[in-house]
Amino acid sequence: MRALRRSRTRDARERFIQLILLVCAISSIFAIFLIIVFVFSQGVPFLAEAGLPFLTGSVWLPADSFAAGTWGIFPIILGSLIVTLGAVAIGAPLGIACAVFLAEIAPPAIRRMLVPSVSALAGVPSVVYGFFALLVIVPWIRGEFGGFGTSVLACWIILSIMILPTIISISTDAMRAVPREYKEGSLAMGATRWQTIRSVLIPAASSGIITSVILGMGRAIGETMAVLLVAGNSVTIPGSIFAPVSTLTAQIALEMNYATGAHQQALFAMGVVLFVFIMILTGLANLASRRRVTF
Amino acid sequence: MAAKRRETAAIGLLWGAGIATLVILIVILAYILVNGLPLISWHFLTANPGVRGQTGTGIYSTIVATVAVTGVALLVAAPLSVGGAIYLNEYTKENLLRKVIRQAAEVLAGIPSIIIGLFGFLFFVIYLRPYTGGWSVLSGGLALAFMVLPISLRISEEALKAVPAELREGSLGLGATKWQSITTVVIPTALPGIITGLILGAGRAIGETAAILLTVGGALSVPHSLHDPACPMTLYIYNILTEYNDTRTAYGTAAVLIIVILAITFTTDYLMNRYTRKLKGL
Repeated sequence: MRALRRSRTRDARERFIQLILLVCAISSIFAIFLIIVFVFSQGVPFLAEAGLPFLTGSVWLPADSFAAGTWGIFPIILGSLIVTLGAVAIGAPLGIACAVFLAEIAPPAIRRMLVPSVSALAGVPSVVYGFFALLVIVPWIRGEFGGFGTSVLACWIILSIMILPTIISISTDAMRAVPREYKEGSLAMGATRWQTIRSVLIPAASSGIITSVILGMGRAIGETMAVLLVAGNSVTIPGSIFAPVSTLTAQIALEMNYATGAHQQALFAMGVVLFVFIMILTGLANLASRRRVTF
Repeated sequence: MAAKRRETAAIGLLWGAGIATLVILIVILAYILVNGLPLISWHFLTANPGVRGQTGTGIYSTIVATVAVTGVALLVAAPLSVGGAIYLNEYTKENLLRKVIRQAAEVLAGIPSIIIGLFGFLFFVIYLRPYTGGWSVLSGGLALAFMVLPISLRISEEALKAVPAELREGSLGLGATKWQSITTVVIPTALPGIITGLILGAGRAIGETAAILLTVGGALSVPHSLHDPACPMTLYIYNILTEYNDTRTAYGTAAVLIIVILAITFTTDYLMNRYTRKLKGL
């Protein structure tokens, strides 16, 4: 009897613990729900009021009341896209090449040095990247090409470095997961190492490589502090890569300091636009990683 | 012959990419450390910044602020992430719930920090002002918890997944309940991995700026309670660069941050190596 009762309280306790753990597990879902509800509650009403001209207009003259301002964020959206695509165009080839090097070519001693280096690169605070870019890259551009130095190019250089760890670590994992027989088969048939890498390893790991590039893109479009420090933050469509630019993230960070009323709501609406971009990229990354390559 | 030449060129380029990555890291770290390390002294670490960021002062209150917001973030995120990872790995099979939760954690990890900042401003600073004190250590730490959670959840889950099934079966076979097996066998075995996840989460919190820019207030005095505004090191660097124009202090602060990040990288690298070796030895 007593043993039975003890096992019953034991069961109740086990179930209670399981319930608490379930609550912990669903906290991520709850967190996303909260973020969406609060950010959208401010941003969506503004989007509804401003309508399509908010996305297509090129004049950004914010004011406290809706009627007094001109609300066009097209140059800012374009700025985010330019900065992101350029950073990926530079960072992806370098990152993928580095991943091939890590997975296939690097001697163990160098690999042991490079792997923690890539995690260190991922850990460097974004404001420190911005600091470095502001003191080294911006003066270099100013001296070499003229202008202020704070420019599209400065953003490209620093962001392409910042997305390297994402691209390298995910691509390396994908390449390591390629079965050894594939590579051995190719080498046995007389292919060189590079031919094997190009025609066996990279195609077999392609879904992981594409995922890594899309996630790198997400990192670049969402990056705030480094861009804020080196972009120049001027709401105009940049005429050259040496001209200043503004992005959604930097503009939100810059103006939230003093924005009130409709202006503040407009910044939340920019947050919603940014959120939509990120969701599209996340969806694409999911599609890419689900695709399986078969031989 | 052409194939051989192409082979050499291609392999050479791949070497170049690997070395370039290493060089980029070394250049950035060296630049900050060479300029910043000479500025770090006992005085620099223990004196408070001037109210308007005058030169020749210290960064004590910003260190306190970083420790405080990181502590709040970990206090909230650690139980949620470790508990969540235990639930996902020990109590569910590959089912829809597990997929949805993992997907949610991935989405959360991908949300730009400035959006977390916008949310934190609205929810913690404005909406929960009576409880958080508005712009405060508490608001900043809670916003950071949203960024720490997905990182330590994923790494804890991987660590638990690596625990061999025989260990669980052995414990259950001896008559232990599921929870007893988890606390006495699974968690101790996975502990290095779980701790790695928490340390990396802390690293994320220490290095984050955009999310706290809108939530923590930026006051340079030492926060005496969780309801006081504060200015963590990262935010201080930004404020110096944009308002005070005192690059010397920015170098010093950045060097302190880099040292912390390097310590975190080496510690987690060491822990994970030991963990994988330990599991192989079993």
